[in-house]
Amino acid sequence: MVGHRPLLWPGLVALCATLGLAGASLAALLARAHALDLSAVFDGYTLRVARFTLLQALLSTLLSVAFAVPVARALARRGSFPGRALLIRSMSLPLVLPVIVAVFGVAAVWGRNGALSHGLQALGLPAMSPLYGLSGILIAHVFFNMPLAVRLLLPVWDAIPGETWRLASQLGMGSLSILRLIEGPRLAAALPGVAVVVFLLCFTSFTVVLALGGGPRATTLEVAIYQALRLEFDLPRAVSLGLLQVALCAAVALVLIRFAPNPPSQPTEGRAAVRPDRAGLAGKVADAVWIAAGGCWVAAPLAAVVLAGLTGPLAAVLGDAEVWAAALRSVAVGLGAGLLAVVLGVLLLATTRDLAARRGRTRLADRLELAGGLTLVVSPVVLGAGLFVLLTPLVPVFDWALALAAVVNGAVAMPYVLRIVGPVLRRTAEHHDRLCASLGFSRRHRLRYVEWPESRAALATALALAAALATGDLTAIALFGTERDATLALLVYRALGGYRMDEAAVLALLLVAVCLLVFVVIEGLSRVCARS
Amino acid sequence: MPRPTAALALVALGVLPARADTLTVYTYDSFIGAWGPGPAIEEAFEARCGCDLEWVAVEDAAVLLSRLRLEGEASRADVVLGLDTNLMAEARAEGVVREHGLGPADFDLPIDWSDPVFVPFDYGYFAIVHDSAAAPSPPASLDALTSGEAEPKLIVQDPRTSTPGLGLLLWLKAVYGDDAGDAWRRLSKRILTVTSGWGEAYGLFLEGEAPMVLSYTTSPAYHRLVEGEDRYKAVIFPEGHYMQIEVAAMAAGADRPDLARRFLAFVASPAFQEAIPTGNWMYPAIDLGDALPEVFRALPRPDASILLPPEEVSRNRSAWIREWLEAVGAE
Repeated sequence: MVGHRPLLWPGLVALCATLGLAGASLAALLARAHALDLSAVFDGYTLRVARFTLLQALLSTLLSVAFAVPVARALARRGSFPGRALLIRSMSLPLVLPVIVAVFGVAAVWGRNGALSHGLQALGLPAMSPLYGLSGILIAHVFFNMPLAVRLLLPVWDAIPGETWRLASQLGMGSLSILRLIEGPRLAAALPGVAVVVFLLCFTSFTVVLALGGGPRATTLEVAIYQALRLEFDLPRAVSLGLLQVALCAAVALVLIRFAPNPPSQPTEGRAAVRPDRAGLAGKVADAVWIAAGGCWVAAPLAAVVLAGLTGPLAAVLGDAEVWAAALRSVAVGLGAGLLAVVLGVLLLATTRDLAARRGRTRLADRLELAGGLTLVVSPVVLGAGLFVLLTPLVPVFDWALALAAVVNGAVAMPYVLRIVGPVLRRTAEHHDRLCASLGFSRRHRLRYVEWPESRAALATALALAAALATGDLTAIALFGTERDATLALLVYRALGGYRMDEAAVLALLLVAVCLLVFVVIEGLSRVCARS
Repeated sequence: MPRPTAALALVALGVLPARADTLTVYTYDSFIGAWGPGPAIEEAFEARCGCDLEWVAVEDAAVLLSRLRLEGEASRADVVLGLDTNLMAEARAEGVVREHGLGPADFDLPIDWSDPVFVPFDYGYFAIVHDSAAAPSPPASLDALTSGEAEPKLIVQDPRTSTPGLGLLLWLKAVYGDDAGDAWRRLSKRILTVTSGWGEAYGLFLEGEAPMVLSYTTSPAYHRLVEGEDRYKAVIFPEGHYMQIEVAAMAAGADRPDLARRFLAFVASPAFQEAIPTGNWMYPAIDLGDALPEVFRALPRPDASILLPPEEVSRNRSAWIREWLEAVGAE
């Protein structure tokens, strides 16, 4: 439905909400600081830290995405095998875990006393550990982000219409030609966006970098910001470093986005067809190897976390009513944040789709979507402190802790929604606009008969992912949290801070289970909707 | 659900005590955990004051101070509990705390204590805790620890983000003075990694990633009392051990100074202090007599305790952190 004027208001609302949140927190801190300290940005320490931050983030992104592409392709080629759904859902769990718990899981596999080291010794080889150095940081970041990249890349294959596969069969295309001619251009269009999300997450990494980096030579800008804000309370320096971080991230993101070509698009009747390169033995073996490699990479540290939980004091922890109340609060924050992220994401996408699919302004649309992801760029430490300065005089922050945590998490999770739902919405416009216009569909009819059935599955995935991420959130809730409003992640953190590692392990296991449940329920509901 | 409305309704129904009878205490997270000292202290104080004690918990002591500074006059805090001696000077200078006006109390600390603002609520000594099964003969002195040998490995915390990390920095500074940089250079050979917080370091240590970790002389008491495990030990160094004294104070903007004063007096009473040893795993600030668990009485104690004056720490911290960064090769 091409109106006379571009559909701008929904995107503006969404951008005002998310960028407003990030910008207002920075501005609030700046107003409090009264000044910037530009010398902080250019001193030798900052430059060295910035260089290391960039280096580790770029390497982490490169490795995560390079690993994710073959795993995602193998998962896409093998549309049904036992455990596929569980495997794909587990792919979002590393990011859901409190970072400190994930670090323990990674150490249990890769550490000096980990499974790998023991395995080597059993084979008569010298024990070794790749942790505690740049390689340790990379292992942990790839553990977090490879599976995320897989989740964000899978929609690329869903978007390939059945007609394309039928054509490929008729032409007798092999696996390599399919990769080059069909998958390649679509991947090239999607990869920069996924890489930006991964890059931003790695850039602001903090706990992992210090714990597994082996020493202060591995320091990120986020650590320098933390030091300035929380130890030295040097607001001008903290804000200046925060702005430097925004500038660096935005620059890298813009460069990455420049490389993104438009995804190929063609009309489809929506009939399913099977891709022709599934039968060969070599392909089957390759897919099995990649799925196994990706699965083990994610599952091994997760298994360590689960095992630690199962061998912990299960009865004592799970018998505590407060633990279940905390689990409910976690889910409430998760669902609130998930819904907000989806609403904001769809609003922004309504505008960018209008610009890209109907007005040929693809680059502008991509930039707007990038801007929507900028909440990931603002250091969580700065965002938190800024929000605090901003909100304390306005609302009783502690009484609204859960709601505020949901809002912050919703804004932060919006980029994931953009990546998952965006391609579906653009495709729907390209495929159905003309038909809808010729049938004279009203907006309501169009929503009911076209948009909803086409995008329902993607919306459910996005909602589930955003909700699960917020369910495990520690940053926002630790900022606003009080005694009454503890969530599961906060209980984990409190237990770890008081020697109770075993109890923390059980709580972390419960958190994993709750997040999986959130996934299963949301995606299940989406399927029930599809049938009715 | 709009919570303030709900809260008002509950107040009207008499279910919740009105705001006026609420004492808000800012502290750090692990203090109010289910296994921390918070719950018992809350119950004991509420029974005495007939009021509602509300905890507001942040990540750690450094965040506690920066939170108070950020909130400024809008802060709801009546009492701040959990700053340590290293943060006292700044808290005082920033004006986020005020004098308590209480008479002298009978503290049992390794140093004399009389301060018009801060009330100590527990103390401990930083120490290298080792797993005696993995490291049967750990370094027996600070000199041996910093001898330049690479094994056994040690996990420490970052002084930029953690109070124990800052404690180790000050410990080496107090003992080695101008040679602290060299001591760090030698020590860094055996440091496996430097974590952002105590929990990461201690968790990795318990996973067996390194046989030694920077913690407290009281850490073994937890394993002995809760797990019946004897293998984790702290070696007492002849050079002395750096102390951490944790303190409470009345917030500058306390709405209920009377209640806050009562709470600070309560801090120095047995009812509060008995929750400390097995809740916070630190020494109580008063003499508990037989109420101190046997395990704590059996712990080895340092012969000498070290504590740099708060003003000196506050003045030099940034320079000393820079010196540390240079020594360990990050500058």
